[in-house]
Amino acid sequence: MTIQQAFFSYFAGAIVALSLLVVTRKNPVHSVLWMLLLFVHIASLYLFLNAEFLAAIQIIIYAGAILVLFLFVIMLLNLRKEETEKRFQGQWPFGLAIGVVLAVFVVLIVGKIGVLPELGQYSVEAVKSEGHIMTVGKVLYTEFLLPFEIASVILLVAIVGAVVLAKRSLE
Amino acid sequence: MTFSGTEIEMDITTIIWTLFKTVAAVSVLMLHVAYVVYFERKVIGHMQARLGPMRVGWHGLLQPIADGLKLFFKEDIIPSQADKPIFYIAPIIGMIAVLSSLAVIPLWEGFSIANLNIGILYILALSSVGAYSIILAGWASNSKYSFLGGLRSSAQVISYEISMGLSLVGVMMLAGSANLSDIVRAQSGHWFLWSQPVACLIFVLSAIAETNRAPFDLPEAESELVAGYFTEYSGMRFGLFFMAEYAGMFIMSALGSICFLGGWNGPDFGIFANVPKVIWLLLKVYGCIFFYFWIRATLPRYRYDQLMNLGWKLFIPLALANVVVTGLIKILWK
Repeated sequence: MTIQQAFFSYFAGAIVALSLLVVTRKNPVHSVLWMLLLFVHIASLYLFLNAEFLAAIQIIIYAGAILVLFLFVIMLLNLRKEETEKRFQGQWPFGLAIGVVLAVFVVLIVGKIGVLPELGQYSVEAVKSEGHIMTVGKVLYTEFLLPFEIASVILLVAIVGAVVLAKRSLE
Repeated sequence: MTFSGTEIEMDITTIIWTLFKTVAAVSVLMLHVAYVVYFERKVIGHMQARLGPMRVGWHGLLQPIADGLKLFFKEDIIPSQADKPIFYIAPIIGMIAVLSSLAVIPLWEGFSIANLNIGILYILALSSVGAYSIILAGWASNSKYSFLGGLRSSAQVISYEISMGLSLVGVMMLAGSANLSDIVRAQSGHWFLWSQPVACLIFVLSAIAETNRAPFDLPEAESELVAGYFTEYSGMRFGLFFMAEYAGMFIMSALGSICFLGGWNGPDFGIFANVPKVIWLLLKVYGCIFFYFWIRATLPRYRYDQLMNLGWKLFIPLALANVVVTGLIKILWK
Protein backbone atom coordinates (compact mmCIF):
# COMPACT_ATOMS: atom_id res chain seq x y z
CA MET A 1 0.00 0.00 0.00
CA THR A 2 1.49 3.31 -1.05
CA ILE A 3 1.21 6.45 1.03
CA GLN A 4 -1.49 7.77 -1.31
CA GLN A 5 -3.56 4.65 -0.84
CA ALA A 6 -3.12 4.81 2.92
CA PHE A 7 -4.33 8.41 2.96
CA PHE A 8 -7.22 7.64 0.66
CA SER A 9 -8.28 4.65 2.77
CA TYR A 10 -8.19 6.79 5.88
CA PHE A 11 -10.33 9.53 4.35
CA ALA A 12 -12.79 7.11 2.72
CA GLY A 13 -13.17 5.12 5.93
CA ALA A 14 -13.48 8.26 8.04
CA ILE A 15 -16.15 9.67 5.73
CA VAL A 16 -18.28 6.54 6.14
CA ALA A 17 -17.74 6.44 9.91
CA LEU A 18 -18.53 10.15 10.28
CA SER A 19 -21.67 9.84 8.19
CA LEU A 20 -22.85 7.08 10.52
CA LEU A 21 -22.08 9.28 13.52
CA VAL A 22 -24.06 12.14 11.96
CA VAL A 23 -27.21 10.08 11.58
CA THR A 24 -26.99 8.22 14.88
CA ARG A 25 -26.36 11.10 17.34
CA LYS A 26 -29.36 11.96 19.48
CA ASN A 27 -28.33 15.54 20.00
CA PRO A 28 -28.70 17.45 16.70
CA VAL A 29 -25.93 19.89 17.63
CA HIS A 30 -23.52 16.97 17.96
CA SER A 31 -24.73 15.71 14.57
CA VAL A 32 -23.92 19.05 13.03
CA LEU A 33 -20.44 18.98 14.54
CA TRP A 34 -19.71 15.54 13.15
CA MET A 35 -21.02 16.82 9.83
CA LEU A 36 -18.52 19.68 10.00
CA LEU A 37 -15.74 17.14 10.42
CA LEU A 38 -17.26 15.15 7.57
CA PHE A 39 -17.14 18.18 5.26
CA VAL A 40 -13.51 18.79 6.14
CA HIS A 41 -12.72 15.18 5.21
CA ILE A 42 -14.59 15.53 1.91
CA ALA A 43 -12.62 18.69 1.19
CA SER A 44 -9.42 16.75 1.86
CA LEU A 45 -10.50 14.14 -0.69
CA TYR A 46 -10.93 16.94 -3.23
CA LEU A 47 -7.41 18.04 -2.42
CA PHE A 48 -6.24 14.54 -3.27
CA LEU A 49 -7.84 14.91 -6.68
CA ASN A 50 -5.86 18.16 -7.12
CA ALA A 51 -9.12 20.12 -6.96
CA GLU A 52 -7.98 22.73 -4.46
CA PHE A 53 -10.51 25.32 -5.57
CA LEU A 54 -13.34 22.85 -5.02
CA ALA A 55 -11.94 21.99 -1.59
CA ALA A 56 -11.91 25.65 -0.52
CA ILE A 57 -15.42 26.19 -1.87
CA GLN A 58 -16.60 23.07 -0.06
CA ILE A 59 -15.45 24.52 3.25
CA ILE A 60 -16.61 28.10 2.57
CA ILE A 61 -20.10 27.22 1.29
CA TYR A 62 -20.98 24.05 3.17
CA ALA A 63 -19.09 24.40 6.43
CA GLY A 64 -19.11 28.19 6.54
CA ALA A 65 -22.61 29.04 5.43
CA ILE A 66 -25.03 26.13 5.13
CA LEU A 67 -23.98 24.25 8.25
CA VAL A 68 -23.99 27.44 10.33
CA LEU A 69 -27.57 27.99 9.23
CA PHE A 70 -28.40 24.41 10.30
CA LEU A 71 -26.88 25.15 13.66
CA PHE A 72 -28.78 28.41 13.87
CA VAL A 73 -32.12 26.70 13.27
CA ILE A 74 -31.39 23.82 15.65
CA MET A 75 -30.35 26.18 18.43
CA LEU A 76 -33.37 28.41 18.02
CA LEU A 77 -35.72 25.43 18.16
CA ASN A 78 -34.16 24.22 21.42
CA LEU A 79 -34.40 20.51 20.75
CA ARG A 80 -33.02 19.46 24.11
CA LYS A 81 -36.42 18.37 25.36
CA GLU A 82 -37.87 17.07 22.14
CA GLU A 83 -34.95 14.86 21.25
CA THR A 84 -35.87 12.45 24.06
CA GLU A 85 -39.48 12.05 22.97
CA LYS A 86 -40.42 8.80 21.32
CA ARG A 87 -42.23 10.18 18.29
CA PHE A 88 -39.07 11.89 17.06
CA GLN A 89 -37.13 8.65 17.09
CA GLY A 90 -39.51 6.25 15.36
CA GLN A 91 -38.44 6.81 11.75
CA TRP A 92 -35.19 4.91 11.72
CA PRO A 93 -36.49 1.54 10.33
CA PHE A 94 -37.99 3.40 7.38
CA GLY A 95 -34.77 5.35 6.79
CA LEU A 96 -32.72 2.17 7.10
CA ALA A 97 -34.88 0.44 4.49
CA ILE A 98 -34.41 3.28 2.00
CA GLY A 99 -30.69 3.35 2.72
CA VAL A 100 -30.29 -0.38 2.15
CA VAL A 101 -32.22 -0.24 -1.14
CA LEU A 102 -30.05 2.68 -2.31
CA ALA A 103 -26.87 0.89 -1.31
CA VAL A 104 -27.92 -2.24 -3.24
CA PHE A 105 -28.57 -0.16 -6.35
CA VAL A 106 -25.25 1.63 -6.05
CA VAL A 107 -23.37 -1.65 -5.68
CA LEU A 108 -25.18 -3.15 -8.69
CA ILE A 109 -24.48 -0.11 -10.86
CA VAL A 110 -20.84 0.24 -9.86
CA GLY A 111 -20.39 -3.43 -10.72
CA LYS A 112 -21.68 -2.79 -14.25
CA ILE A 113 -19.18 -0.05 -15.05
CA GLY A 114 -16.53 -1.75 -17.13
CA VAL A 115 -15.05 0.79 -19.53
CA LEU A 116 -13.98 4.18 -18.30
CA PRO A 117 -14.68 7.01 -20.76
CA GLU A 118 -11.88 8.86 -22.56
CA LEU A 119 -10.34 11.72 -20.62
CA GLY A 120 -11.53 15.13 -21.78
CA GLN A 121 -9.51 18.24 -22.54
CA TYR A 122 -9.29 19.24 -18.87
CA SER A 123 -6.44 16.98 -17.87
CA VAL A 124 -4.44 17.58 -14.71
CA GLU A 125 -1.67 19.27 -16.70
CA ALA A 126 -4.10 21.53 -18.59
CA VAL A 127 -5.75 22.64 -15.35
CA LYS A 128 -2.40 23.18 -13.67
CA SER A 129 -1.05 25.33 -16.49
CA GLU A 130 -3.70 28.01 -16.11
CA GLY A 131 -4.90 27.49 -12.54
CA HIS A 132 -8.14 26.14 -11.15
CA ILE A 133 -10.02 29.35 -10.70
CA MET A 134 -9.37 30.44 -14.28
CA THR A 135 -10.35 27.06 -15.70
CA VAL A 136 -13.58 26.89 -13.71
CA GLY A 137 -14.38 30.51 -14.55
CA LYS A 138 -13.80 30.06 -18.28
CA VAL A 139 -15.94 26.94 -18.45
CA LEU A 140 -18.65 28.52 -16.35
CA TYR A 141 -18.93 31.61 -18.54
CA THR A 142 -18.64 29.92 -21.94
CA GLU A 143 -19.74 26.29 -22.09
CA PHE A 144 -22.15 26.38 -19.16
CA LEU A 145 -23.28 30.01 -19.35
CA LEU A 146 -26.98 29.20 -19.68
CA PRO A 147 -27.23 26.68 -16.78
CA PHE A 148 -25.16 29.06 -14.67
CA GLU A 149 -27.48 31.98 -15.36
CA ILE A 150 -30.56 29.81 -14.77
CA ALA A 151 -29.18 28.72 -11.41
CA SER A 152 -28.53 32.35 -10.51
CA VAL A 153 -32.08 33.35 -11.43
CA ILE A 154 -33.51 30.48 -9.36
CA LEU A 155 -31.47 31.61 -6.37
CA LEU A 156 -32.59 35.20 -6.93
CA VAL A 157 -36.23 34.04 -6.95
CA ALA A 158 -35.63 32.25 -3.65
CA ILE A 159 -34.14 35.41 -2.14
CA VAL A 160 -37.04 37.54 -3.33
CA GLY A 161 -39.47 34.95 -1.97
CA ALA A 162 -37.77 34.98 1.45
CA VAL A 163 -37.90 38.79 1.56
CA VAL A 164 -41.60 38.80 0.61
CA LEU A 165 -42.43 36.24 3.32
CA ALA A 166 -40.47 38.12 5.95
CA LYS A 167 -42.07 41.44 5.02
CA ARG A 168 -45.57 39.98 5.12
CA SER A 169 -45.18 38.79 8.67
CA LEU A 170 -43.92 42.22 9.68
CA GLU A 171 -47.01 44.05 8.44
CA MET B 1 -6.76 1.58 -7.45
CA THR B 2 -4.62 4.20 -9.15
CA PHE B 3 -4.46 7.86 -8.40
CA SER B 4 -3.74 9.68 -11.59
CA GLY B 5 -2.35 13.11 -10.96
CA THR B 6 -1.87 12.95 -7.22
CA GLU B 7 1.67 13.92 -6.49
CA ILE B 8 2.43 14.19 -2.84
CA GLU B 9 6.07 14.75 -2.26
CA MET B 10 6.61 12.70 0.85
CA ASP B 11 10.23 13.64 1.08
CA ILE B 12 11.32 13.33 4.68
CA THR B 13 13.42 16.50 4.63
CA THR B 14 10.48 18.48 3.23
CA ILE B 15 8.28 17.25 6.04
CA ILE B 16 10.82 18.14 8.72
CA TRP B 17 11.48 21.55 7.17
CA THR B 18 7.75 22.30 6.99
CA LEU B 19 7.25 21.20 10.59
CA PHE B 20 10.17 23.40 11.66
CA LYS B 21 8.73 26.38 9.79
CA THR B 22 5.31 25.76 11.34
CA VAL B 23 6.66 25.57 14.89
CA ALA B 24 8.77 28.69 14.37
CA ALA B 25 5.94 30.71 12.82
CA VAL B 26 3.38 29.68 15.43
CA SER B 27 5.65 30.39 18.39
CA VAL B 28 6.68 33.77 16.99
CA LEU B 29 3.02 34.58 16.37
CA MET B 30 2.03 33.66 19.93
CA LEU B 31 4.76 35.92 21.29
CA HIS B 32 3.48 38.71 19.05
CA VAL B 33 -0.05 38.06 20.29
CA ALA B 34 1.06 38.45 23.90
CA TYR B 35 2.67 41.79 23.11
CA VAL B 36 -0.21 42.95 20.91
CA VAL B 37 -2.31 42.81 24.08
CA TYR B 38 0.29 44.93 25.88
CA PHE B 39 0.41 47.29 22.88
CA GLU B 40 -3.37 47.66 23.00
CA ARG B 41 -3.42 48.43 26.72
CA LYS B 42 -0.68 51.02 26.28
CA VAL B 43 -2.24 52.66 23.20
CA ILE B 44 -5.73 52.83 24.66
CA GLY B 45 -4.32 53.94 28.00
CA HIS B 46 -2.52 56.89 26.44
CA MET B 47 -5.53 57.75 24.26
CA GLN B 48 -7.60 57.98 27.45
CA ALA B 49 -4.88 60.01 29.22
CA ARG B 50 -3.79 57.05 31.37
CA LEU B 51 -0.47 55.24 31.44
CA GLY B 52 -1.62 51.66 30.89
CA PRO B 53 0.29 48.80 32.57
CA MET B 54 3.27 50.18 34.53
CA ARG B 55 3.91 47.83 37.46
CA VAL B 56 5.34 44.55 36.14
CA GLY B 57 8.77 45.22 34.67
CA TRP B 58 9.99 48.44 33.05
CA HIS B 59 6.86 50.31 31.87
CA GLY B 60 4.89 47.10 32.41
CA LEU B 61 6.84 45.17 29.76
CA LEU B 62 6.46 41.85 31.59
CA GLN B 63 2.69 42.31 32.04
CA PRO B 64 1.69 39.83 29.25
CA ILE B 65 3.83 37.12 30.82
CA ALA B 66 2.30 37.72 34.24
CA ASP B 67 -1.18 37.63 32.70
CA GLY B 68 -0.41 34.38 30.89
CA LEU B 69 0.89 32.73 34.06
CA LYS B 70 -2.16 33.87 35.96
CA LEU B 71 -4.51 32.40 33.36
CA PHE B 72 -2.63 29.09 33.38
CA PHE B 73 -3.04 28.62 37.13
CA LYS B 74 -6.67 29.69 37.42
CA GLU B 75 -9.38 27.15 38.09
CA ASP B 76 -11.22 25.85 35.03
CA ILE B 77 -14.90 26.12 35.96
CA ILE B 78 -17.56 24.32 33.92
CA PRO B 79 -21.24 25.24 34.35
CA SER B 80 -23.32 22.35 35.70
CA GLN B 81 -25.72 22.00 32.76
CA ALA B 82 -23.12 22.68 30.08
CA ASP B 83 -22.61 20.34 27.13
CA LYS B 84 -19.16 19.29 28.28
CA PRO B 85 -17.46 17.95 25.11
CA ILE B 86 -18.56 20.97 23.07
CA PHE B 87 -17.72 23.34 25.91
CA TYR B 88 -14.20 21.86 25.93
CA ILE B 89 -13.51 21.94 22.20
CA ALA B 90 -15.11 25.29 21.30
CA PRO B 91 -12.08 27.45 22.23
CA ILE B 92 -9.74 24.90 20.65
CA ILE B 93 -11.59 25.08 17.32
CA GLY B 94 -11.20 28.86 17.35
CA MET B 95 -7.50 28.68 18.10
CA ILE B 96 -6.84 26.02 15.44
CA ALA B 97 -8.74 27.98 12.80
CA VAL B 98 -6.74 31.14 13.45
CA LEU B 99 -3.35 29.45 13.69
CA SER B 100 -3.95 27.45 10.51
CA SER B 101 -4.56 30.70 8.61
CA LEU B 102 -0.94 31.60 9.30
CA ALA B 103 0.15 28.82 6.92
CA VAL B 104 -0.51 30.85 3.76
CA ILE B 105 0.72 34.27 4.93
CA PRO B 106 3.90 35.08 2.97
CA LEU B 107 6.25 36.85 5.37
CA TRP B 108 8.87 37.67 2.77
CA GLU B 109 9.72 36.64 -0.79
CA GLY B 110 9.55 32.86 -0.93
CA PHE B 111 8.65 32.29 2.72
CA SER B 112 5.23 30.94 3.47
CA ILE B 113 4.62 27.59 5.11
CA ALA B 114 2.29 26.57 2.28
CA ASN B 115 2.32 28.53 -0.96
CA LEU B 116 -1.27 27.79 -1.98
CA ASN B 117 -2.83 29.02 -5.20
CA ILE B 118 -6.07 29.54 -3.31
CA GLY B 119 -4.51 31.48 -0.43
CA ILE B 120 -7.30 34.05 -0.07
CA LEU B 121 -10.02 31.40 -0.25
CA TYR B 122 -8.16 29.32 2.34
CA ILE B 123 -8.17 32.20 4.82
CA LEU B 124 -11.85 32.89 4.15
CA ALA B 125 -12.65 29.21 4.67
CA LEU B 126 -10.81 29.12 7.98
CA SER B 127 -12.39 32.30 9.22
CA SER B 128 -15.78 30.70 8.62
CA VAL B 129 -14.68 27.66 10.59
CA GLY B 130 -13.58 30.02 13.37
CA ALA B 131 -17.17 31.23 13.67
CA TYR B 132 -18.09 27.78 14.98
CA SER B 133 -16.01 28.28 18.08
CA ILE B 134 -18.07 31.31 19.10
CA ILE B 135 -21.45 29.82 18.20
CA LEU B 136 -20.71 26.55 19.97
CA ALA B 137 -19.25 28.26 23.02
CA GLY B 138 -22.44 30.31 23.28
CA TRP B 139 -24.65 27.27 22.97
CA ALA B 140 -22.70 24.83 25.13
CA SER B 141 -22.43 27.20 28.11
CA ASN B 142 -26.17 26.88 28.79
CA SER B 143 -26.40 30.54 29.74
CA LYS B 144 -28.62 33.12 28.12
CA TYR B 145 -25.90 35.75 27.85
CA SER B 146 -23.55 33.32 26.17
CA PHE B 147 -26.29 32.12 23.88
CA LEU B 148 -27.25 35.63 22.77
CA GLY B 149 -23.60 36.39 22.14
CA GLY B 150 -23.24 33.24 20.06
CA LEU B 151 -26.32 33.98 17.97
CA ARG B 152 -25.25 37.55 17.36
CA SER B 153 -21.82 36.43 16.33
CA SER B 154 -23.04 33.79 13.90
CA ALA B 155 -25.27 36.26 12.06
CA GLN B 156 -22.58 38.94 12.11
CA VAL B 157 -19.73 36.76 10.92
CA ILE B 158 -21.74 35.21 8.09
CA SER B 159 -22.91 38.63 6.87
CA TYR B 160 -19.53 40.29 6.96
CA GLU B 161 -17.75 37.32 5.48
CA ILE B 162 -19.69 37.96 2.27
CA SER B 163 -18.65 41.59 2.01
CA MET B 164 -15.07 40.72 2.96
CA GLY B 165 -14.87 38.01 0.30
CA LEU B 166 -16.37 40.32 -2.31
CA SER B 167 -14.00 43.15 -1.44
CA LEU B 168 -11.05 40.81 -2.03
CA VAL B 169 -12.42 39.79 -5.44
CA GLY B 170 -11.27 43.14 -6.83
CA VAL B 171 -7.75 42.48 -5.57
CA MET B 172 -7.77 39.00 -7.08
CA MET B 173 -8.91 40.46 -10.42
CA LEU B 174 -6.13 43.05 -10.47
CA ALA B 175 -3.44 40.56 -9.48
CA GLY B 176 -4.88 37.80 -11.67
CA SER B 177 -4.35 35.29 -8.90
CA ALA B 178 -5.61 34.23 -5.50
CA ASN B 179 -2.10 33.31 -4.39
CA LEU B 180 -0.99 35.77 -1.71
CA SER B 181 2.64 35.80 -2.89
CA ASP B 182 1.52 36.65 -6.43
CA ILE B 183 -0.69 39.42 -5.06
CA VAL B 184 2.29 40.96 -3.27
CA ARG B 185 4.46 40.67 -6.40
CA ALA B 186 1.74 42.37 -8.44
CA GLN B 187 2.02 45.38 -6.11
CA SER B 188 5.78 45.89 -6.41
CA GLY B 189 5.39 49.38 -7.89
CA HIS B 190 1.90 50.37 -6.92
CA TRP B 191 -0.17 49.42 -3.86
CA PHE B 192 -3.71 48.18 -4.45
CA LEU B 193 -4.86 50.67 -1.82
CA TRP B 194 -4.75 53.34 -4.55
CA SER B 195 -6.53 51.34 -7.24
CA GLN B 196 -9.05 49.67 -4.89
CA PRO B 197 -9.88 52.31 -2.26
CA VAL B 198 -13.52 51.21 -1.93
CA ALA B 199 -12.55 47.57 -1.53
CA CYS B 200 -9.95 48.54 1.05
CA LEU B 201 -12.49 50.47 3.12
CA ILE B 202 -14.97 47.59 2.98
CA PHE B 203 -12.26 45.08 3.84
CA VAL B 204 -11.04 47.04 6.86
CA LEU B 205 -14.52 47.47 8.33
CA SER B 206 -15.57 43.90 7.54
CA ALA B 207 -12.39 42.60 9.15
CA ILE B 208 -13.27 44.48 12.32
CA ALA B 209 -16.73 42.90 12.33
CA GLU B 210 -15.28 39.51 11.44
CA THR B 211 -12.89 39.53 14.40
CA ASN B 212 -15.65 40.83 16.73
CA ARG B 213 -13.74 43.96 17.66
CA ALA B 214 -15.12 47.34 18.78
CA PRO B 215 -17.21 49.10 17.52
CA PHE B 216 -18.69 45.86 16.14
CA ASP B 217 -18.05 43.76 19.26
CA LEU B 218 -21.72 42.98 19.84
CA PRO B 219 -21.12 39.26 20.53
CA GLU B 220 -19.28 40.26 23.69
CA ALA B 221 -20.93 43.61 24.43
CA GLU B 222 -20.14 43.90 28.13
CA SER B 223 -22.77 46.55 28.79
CA GLU B 224 -25.59 44.19 27.78
CA LEU B 225 -24.28 40.61 27.74
CA VAL B 226 -21.75 40.47 30.62
CA ALA B 227 -19.01 39.08 28.36
CA GLY B 228 -21.09 37.55 25.58
CA TYR B 229 -20.16 34.12 24.33
CA PHE B 230 -17.34 33.53 26.84
CA THR B 231 -19.24 34.61 29.94
CA GLU B 232 -19.01 31.11 31.44
CA TYR B 233 -15.39 30.45 30.51
CA SER B 234 -12.57 30.81 32.95
CA GLY B 235 -8.86 30.10 33.24
CA MET B 236 -6.94 29.00 30.17
CA ARG B 237 -10.09 28.25 28.15
CA PHE B 238 -10.95 31.92 28.39
CA GLY B 239 -7.30 32.60 27.55
CA LEU B 240 -7.66 30.60 24.34
CA PHE B 241 -10.59 32.76 23.20
CA PHE B 242 -8.62 35.84 24.10
CA MET B 243 -5.55 34.72 22.18
CA ALA B 244 -7.67 33.59 19.22
CA GLU B 245 -9.18 37.08 19.01
CA TYR B 246 -5.80 38.80 18.99
CA ALA B 247 -4.22 36.24 16.67
CA GLY B 248 -7.25 36.77 14.41
CA MET B 249 -6.55 40.50 14.42
CA PHE B 250 -2.95 39.77 13.52
CA ILE B 251 -3.98 37.52 10.62
CA MET B 252 -6.55 40.01 9.33
CA SER B 253 -4.01 42.85 9.53
CA ALA B 254 -1.50 40.69 7.68
CA LEU B 255 -4.08 39.87 5.01
CA GLY B 256 -4.94 43.57 4.70
CA SER B 257 -1.28 44.55 4.43
CA ILE B 258 -0.69 41.88 1.80
CA CYS B 259 -3.76 42.66 -0.29
CA PHE B 260 -3.78 46.45 -0.10
CA LEU B 261 -0.51 47.77 1.34
CA GLY B 262 2.00 45.91 -0.80
CA GLY B 263 2.96 43.16 1.66
CA TRP B 264 6.70 42.82 2.10
CA ASN B 265 7.48 45.51 -0.53
CA GLY B 266 9.27 48.53 0.87
CA PRO B 267 11.32 51.47 -0.38
CA ASP B 268 14.26 50.24 -2.47
CA PHE B 269 16.73 53.14 -2.29
CA GLY B 270 19.61 54.03 0.00
CA ILE B 271 19.82 52.32 3.36
CA PHE B 272 16.21 51.10 3.03
CA ALA B 273 17.24 48.52 0.44
CA ASN B 274 19.22 46.57 3.06
CA VAL B 275 16.35 46.29 5.54
CA PRO B 276 14.98 42.72 5.70
CA LYS B 277 11.68 42.54 3.83
CA VAL B 278 9.85 41.03 6.79
CA ILE B 279 10.35 44.31 8.69
CA TRP B 280 8.24 46.18 6.13
CA LEU B 281 5.45 43.62 6.44
CA LEU B 282 5.55 43.75 10.24
CA LEU B 283 5.50 47.57 10.21
CA LYS B 284 2.40 47.53 8.02
CA VAL B 285 0.76 44.83 10.16
CA TYR B 286 1.39 46.82 13.33
CA GLY B 287 0.07 49.95 11.59
CA CYS B 288 -3.17 48.09 10.85
CA ILE B 289 -3.34 46.77 14.42
CA PHE B 290 -2.85 50.30 15.72
CA PHE B 291 -5.78 51.35 13.53
CA TYR B 292 -7.92 48.66 15.21
CA PHE B 293 -7.06 50.12 18.65
CA TRP B 294 -7.55 53.67 17.48
CA ILE B 295 -11.08 52.85 16.27
CA ARG B 296 -11.84 51.02 19.51
CA ALA B 297 -10.77 54.00 21.59
CA THR B 298 -12.68 56.47 19.40
CA LEU B 299 -16.05 55.04 18.42
CA PRO B 300 -18.99 53.87 20.56
CA ARG B 301 -20.48 50.44 19.96
CA TYR B 302 -23.02 50.03 17.16
CA ARG B 303 -26.58 48.86 17.73
CA TYR B 304 -27.22 45.40 16.31
CA ASP B 305 -29.75 46.43 13.63
CA GLN B 306 -27.42 49.26 12.53
CA LEU B 307 -24.63 46.74 12.15
CA MET B 308 -26.77 44.41 10.03
CA ASN B 309 -28.08 47.27 7.88
CA LEU B 310 -24.55 48.50 7.30
CA GLY B 311 -23.41 45.05 6.22
CA TRP B 312 -26.28 44.03 3.98
CA LYS B 313 -27.51 47.33 2.60
CA LEU B 314 -24.27 49.23 2.17
CA PHE B 315 -21.17 47.03 2.12
CA ILE B 316 -22.42 44.11 0.03
CA PRO B 317 -23.93 46.27 -2.78
CA LEU B 318 -20.86 48.51 -2.71
CA ALA B 319 -18.52 45.53 -2.91
CA LEU B 320 -20.53 44.07 -5.81
CA ALA B 321 -20.40 47.41 -7.63
CA ASN B 322 -16.66 47.50 -7.02
CA VAL B 323 -16.28 44.08 -8.64
CA VAL B 324 -18.26 45.20 -11.70
CA VAL B 325 -16.36 48.50 -12.07
CA THR B 326 -12.99 46.79 -11.63
CA GLY B 327 -13.93 44.22 -14.27
CA LEU B 328 -15.09 46.93 -16.70
CA ILE B 329 -11.94 48.99 -16.27
CA LYS B 330 -9.77 45.93 -16.68
CA ILE B 331 -11.51 45.02 -19.95
CA LEU B 332 -11.54 48.58 -21.34
CA TRP B 333 -7.87 49.24 -20.58
CA LYS B 334 -6.68 46.08 -22.25
